[in-house]
Order: sequence, then structure tokens, then C-alpha cells
Amino acid sequence: MATKRAALKRKDLLGIEPLSVEEIHLILETASSFQEVAARPVKKVPTLRGRTIINLFFEPSTRTRSSFELAGKRLSADILNFTASASSVVKGETLLDTVLNLESMAPSIIVIRHPASGAPHQLAGACKASIVNAGDGMHEHPTQALLDALTVLQKKGSIRGLNVTLVGDLAHSRVARSDVLIFSRLGARVTVCGPPTLIPLEMERLGARVVFDMDEALRGADCIIMLRIQVERQTQAFFPSIREYFRWYGLTEERMHQAAQGAIVMHPGPLNRGVEIASEVADGPYSVILDQVANGIAVRMAVLYLLSAGRG
Amino acid sequence: MKDAQQIMTATQMNEVLHDLAEQIVGRHPQVDEVALVGIRRRGAPLAHRLAEKVGALRGRKIPVGTLDITLYRDDLTTIAPNPVVHDTFIDFQVEGKVLILVDDVLYTGRTVRAALDSLIDYGRPRKVELAALIDRGHRELPIQADYVGRSVETREDQIVKVMLKEEDGVEQVLLVTQES
Repeated sequence: MATKRAALKRKDLLGIEPLSVEEIHLILETASSFQEVAARPVKKVPTLRGRTIINLFFEPSTRTRSSFELAGKRLSADILNFTASASSVVKGETLLDTVLNLESMAPSIIVIRHPASGAPHQLAGACKASIVNAGDGMHEHPTQALLDALTVLQKKGSIRGLNVTLVGDLAHSRVARSDVLIFSRLGARVTVCGPPTLIPLEMERLGARVVFDMDEALRGADCIIMLRIQVERQTQAFFPSIREYFRWYGLTEERMHQAAQGAIVMHPGPLNRGVEIASEVADGPYSVILDQVANGIAVRMAVLYLLSAGRG
Repeated sequence: MKDAQQIMTATQMNEVLHDLAEQIVGRHPQVDEVALVGIRRRGAPLAHRLAEKVGALRGRKIPVGTLDITLYRDDLTTIAPNPVVHDTFIDFQVEGKVLILVDDVLYTGRTVRAALDSLIDYGRPRKVELAALIDRGHRELPIQADYVGRSVETREDQIVKVMLKEEDGVEQVLLVTQES
């Protein structure tokens, strides 16, 4: 009798980097099972009844925070939402003090988003609660990469051997770093593309092919992940103008002809229409952007569940 | 050391299933409202087989679903690290139905408790009944089966192992005794 007993042998989910291929598959398989819950008349299971999850967000977020909140609620956990602007952080409390205070409320899991890369790692060592990284600085955003992988898996059947292309601001994007890690680990050929000022040198070390020409990057792509241009950072002049950026690196209907038959287009949101992606593409038949949002809840349920099982 | 004693052969299992099917038809002569729901893992193939037998006795097709109770267990903190969550598959309306839960072994009753909680989240059946291939006693909750294939006297340190060709490649029931 070969019952599969894979396990997520860790207290925290800090990034894709430390995860083994088996652990990634376990999370994705568990997430697929959780999708069924969303289709039920009663979209809730009692699994985490009596446990507390704290959402600790030091940066603005709608999608990720509400996705974690709904994931926790569908598992019957109690959720405490905590945003930095409305807390003692503005009175000068340090991150560690804030978290140790919250920990005395006995949460099982703390989900954290913080502008400093590595903040969740620091807390993981100091806290008994499981820490889930919901985005740290320019470092990682593991649940976004997991939901991207789940979306590709569902649309394409498998990830091994696919051509995955990421386009845009790879320098400031934690989604990009986690995506490059997960897709190359699962056996895809990963290409990254953008203006040279926005492509960090380490992309090749992470296993990606670096291309500066958009048409070349799109040629034969099965999956195109468009990254958000952080318009608010445009004071630093990484490229001459938004219009010029769109001309060279914007995803248009016309450019889609370069991609493979049946290619899909993803975007972690929020969209800048007419900056990195044309509306016809964002709303077009190849767009799976809204599937990504639905898959996000299932992936986060799987992560919360797997970190809780076997722990008090 | 383990001692495994065969308590049912493939032929006997088939006979017992047939007997269960007749009990069900005896209680519900008009089987129109009846649907079977197997509890994963081994209750699922059993439910399919039982539905076929009930269907054959009455000349109609009986709806079958499967239920994964992992998310409804009361032992999340103690079970081996990560129990794998499987899909639940119920593609019929449960409202107004007589649902018969099917499991291989009825033991503490905790699985059935979890299954009942889970079923309620799919709607409001008119009635829920329970069928078990084997009742081995030692209940920890006030739960009894409506249809029992065979009652077996066991000690708590023994294991009743139902093996099905769909899951295990062989078809038999073993009573396993852990020898110290």
C-alpha cells in the first residue's frame, strides 16, 4: 500500500528558495483540493477552528491581504487584520516589539508584508507562531509564485518544458524573483525581459535567460507574465517615459502573435493599462488574470493548512 | 512481529456487499431517493460497488459520491505531519435525498462524526444512514450503523485491514495483531 505522506517540514513559509520540488508539489496538490470548497454551497470548513491568524501589513495591499483573510476565514480561523498606518508603529515601536506584543495574543500564524527584505526571516527566529511571507521588500512573494504556478498547471497541464517569459521591472519585483525560482525549479525554461536598467545581474544566476528585445522574448512563449511598472518609482528615471516604455515593452495584441499557440497571459496586479499591458490583451481570451485571483485563495488555504497540521 | 489472520476472502466480501444491498432495498423499496456517499479512501470504491448492486436489484442507476473528511477531523494537531487532502466529489443535489454513508470499518465513530459535519455543508438531506462492511466495536461516540456487513470481535490493539483491488491490488480483510 503506497499511501503518499509528503510533508511540509517547516514552521514558516519565507520564500520559494528554501522549498524542495516535493514541497512545492504538495502545496499545489493541496490547493487543487481546496478549490472544491469554493464551489460548495457552504464555502467553509472547520479545520482551523479556534486558531488565530494575524495579518500584519506594513505596505498597502488589497488583493493579497483580502485573499489571506478569506483563505483563513474559509478554514474557520479567527483573523486579526493589522495595518501599520493605524498602529503603534507610527509612534515609533520597532518591528520586533510590535510582533512580540502581537504574539502574546497567541496567534498560530502571522502573515507579514514588510518593505524591508528579510523582515519575515528575522521574525521567524524570534516567534513561536508560524510566519508567512506575504511580500518582503524586493526579495520574495512566495504565495504569489505558488498561485502563478497553480494557474499555469491548470491551464497547461504541466510546467516541465514550458517557455515562461517575464517582462517588466524585474529589479524591484519580489514577484519576479519568486516566479523565476518556482518556474525554473519546476522545469520550465524561463526568460526575463525588460530595459537593462530594470534587469538585475542575478537573474542569470537564478536560472533565467536574459533578453532585452521584447519580440525575441515572446517568441514561442507558452506563458507570459507581465510585471507591474511601479509608476510611483518613476522619479528615478529607469527609462525615459511611460510612452516609450509601452512602445518597447508593452504587451499588445500585435505582439501576442510571436507567442506560442494557446499562450496565456498573467499579471500579479494591480494593472497599469497602457503602461505594461494593453487593454485588449488584459481583457482578451489569453488573459488568465482573474483565474490567478481565484487560485490565490486556494493556495493560501493550502499554505495555512499545511503549516498548521501537526502543530498545536 | 505481526500476526495477520484473514477474516474475509474476496468471495465472502462480495457476498456481504450483496447482503448489504438487499438490506438497503428492504428498507427503501422505492430506491428513487437513495444516494450513496463513500468515505475516502476505502469507503469510496465500496460505495460504487454497493450502488451497482442496489441498482441491479431495482433496475435503476443510484447516484454515488465520495467524501474526503480530512478537513473535518478532530485530531489535526496530533496526526502525522500533513494528511493529504483529497477532493470531495458529490455531483448531485443532496436536498431531499436519503444519503447512505459507506465506510469499510466502523470503529471509534469519529470518522462518521466528521463525515456528518462535512455532508451538512453540501445541503440538507432528508435522512442520513450509515453502512459499514465491518463493525469492530470500541465506539467513542454515540454512533451506530444502520447496515452492517459483518460484526467482528476485536481488541483495541488490533487492526482490521480491508484490502480492495482498486486500492491495494488484492481483495481480502485481515485482522492484524501486533505481537510484543
